[in-house]
Amino acid sequence: MKFNLRNVTRVALRALVTNKTRSTLTTLGIIIGVMAVILLVSFGSGLEKMITQQFEDLGTNLLFVMPGKFQFRDSREGGPPGVASNKLTQKDAERVARKVQTVEATLPITTTNATITYRGEETSTFIIGSTEQYETFRKSPVMSGKWFGKKDVDSGKRVAVAGMTVVEDLFGTKDPIGEKVSISGKKYQIIGVLESKGATFGNDQDDQLIIPISTLRQQFNIDKLSYFYVRVHEGADLEASMREIREVLGQRLEENEFSVLNSQELLSTFQNILGTITAALGGIAAISLLVGGIGIMNIMLVSVTERTREIGLRKAVGATPKTILFQFLMEAVILSLLGGIIGTLLGVLIGAIANNFLPVNTPLWAVLVAFGVSAAVGIIFGVYPARRAARLSPIEALRYE
Amino acid sequence: MKNHGLIALQNVFKTYQLGESTIHAINSVSLAIEKGEFVAVIGPSGSGKSTLMHICSLLDNPSSGTITFEGVDTTNFSEEQLAHIRNQKVGFVFQQFNLLPRTSALENVQLPLLYTDITRHERQQRARDMLAGVGLGDRLNNTPSQLSGGQQQRVAIARALINNPEVIFADEPTGNLDTKSGREIMDLMTDLHREGKTIVLVTHESEVAAFAKRIISMRDGKIVSDRKDGKKVHLKNKGGGR
Repeated sequence: MKFNLRNVTRVALRALVTNKTRSTLTTLGIIIGVMAVILLVSFGSGLEKMITQQFEDLGTNLLFVMPGKFQFRDSREGGPPGVASNKLTQKDAERVARKVQTVEATLPITTTNATITYRGEETSTFIIGSTEQYETFRKSPVMSGKWFGKKDVDSGKRVAVAGMTVVEDLFGTKDPIGEKVSISGKKYQIIGVLESKGATFGNDQDDQLIIPISTLRQQFNIDKLSYFYVRVHEGADLEASMREIREVLGQRLEENEFSVLNSQELLSTFQNILGTITAALGGIAAISLLVGGIGIMNIMLVSVTERTREIGLRKAVGATPKTILFQFLMEAVILSLLGGIIGTLLGVLIGAIANNFLPVNTPLWAVLVAFGVSAAVGIIFGVYPARRAARLSPIEALRYE
Repeated sequence: MKNHGLIALQNVFKTYQLGESTIHAINSVSLAIEKGEFVAVIGPSGSGKSTLMHICSLLDNPSSGTITFEGVDTTNFSEEQLAHIRNQKVGFVFQQFNLLPRTSALENVQLPLLYTDITRHERQQRARDMLAGVGLGDRLNNTPSQLSGGQQQRVAIARALINNPEVIFADEPTGNLDTKSGREIMDLMTDLHREGKTIVLVTHESEVAAFAKRIISMRDGKIVSDRKDGKKVHLKNKGGGR
């Protein structure tokens, strides 16, 4: 009839300490599970935060025009079309800039991949063809040298502004300004090096080379745009501008051959995708937590069988079924909570270290959920073995060999 | 109510179903044990003496019949209530000692007190006193594997005594001990009896049973003889009316 939580806790702790190796290994299952949940959710959340930040840096008065029909819900339908069906050209970008009054400027972008060589060094990189306005549109200044100007774009000059990664790959520590590199066989002069922007999850933003769009068009024979940016005057009605842009583009293109998006829509699309990815990652990690829980149940069942005589003895000298139930439940909960605490600490710590290379943001809810779930795991997977222990008949338990 | 004695069994049966046949481990037993008695239950293996002890000590329930403990009918008691009586009024000594492995003598002796409200400090004090009482005052921190069989059984006796119980049940307490240690344990039991404890001993050795004042002998689940100081004991089961 007496139920004393302190005694129950003390007895449970003693039993766990007596079986140190076993307790440690069992806890490890929960540690890994909790750590995995926290880390994966942190990566997902960090990526989302970073992308949101990048969109905010671009400004809210920025629109995107993409070829093809862009679907928000299901990107498998539609999506950017192949080269054959892409009809978006620089003329469209220029017409939008000219005809829509609220539009301040447009920035055409054509991209391709190419191999660049310099005195035997070779690297494959992402080539962006654009105008001199890329610098202001994308807030992408040079850290040395200079950007190419309007004249260079108009005349299709073979000049390039390089990202840090490309420079390091080709030149090492040597100053690249003024050097000539070969892009798919044609010589280009490096005139500027971009400020480093870092990497976004496997996508190195510094692994790129920007050349005048006219030059790219000539050399690679691509007259279609990958997309173009539209900057609207500050304070202009974004919705109205989008309608007008659609009208102007619609004069030449079919309705399903282009899409006009604002950064908020695009951002929410990304956030949707990332939210799904984060949830999926968290879900996969949660499986390991489940496995950890099964590990606890397994070891508790072994423990109950092994300690049958002990249970019989405790019952004989006055432990009630409830006391036995709580003793074994307490062991399971201590194991899982300890795993939860250590797993959380490790997860947050590794997350903080990884933050130096990857976007990591550990949300408080992830910590609380991981912690709560680990406690719940202990109770859920501890109840069955504990009930078995509590139901043992004292004499049969005492006779157990 | 005094005339009920400490423990009284009335027409108790314990039956097991073994395949087709029904086994009567206890077959219509009525019995009264008075406070302060030293009782030995003897009989060959399978005679039901251990089962009788389990039922008397409220470790097991009878299939039918009633058990009164200190005049209170325990038939409808819950497991919690029975555990409470065992905790407060009963001490156990087993053939296998049943000490917790890798646990010090001091902690083993405290075990029954974990299920009471007694403070940690008092628990330890009492456990120390008990161990000193059985002559193990210098073995407080030894674990069972560091103690001899006789010492282990003395730890178990200290554990049985720590709640200052009314009655001690000992199931073949000397069964795993050599003659000398067995003798020491029986001397300890005799001392406890002299101090006024009720003792119920189960054994198949007549030399061990000879320490007791009353000998109940069992065969096939029935009591075949019940003698106290050589005289036949008559059960006054009609005496105490309800």
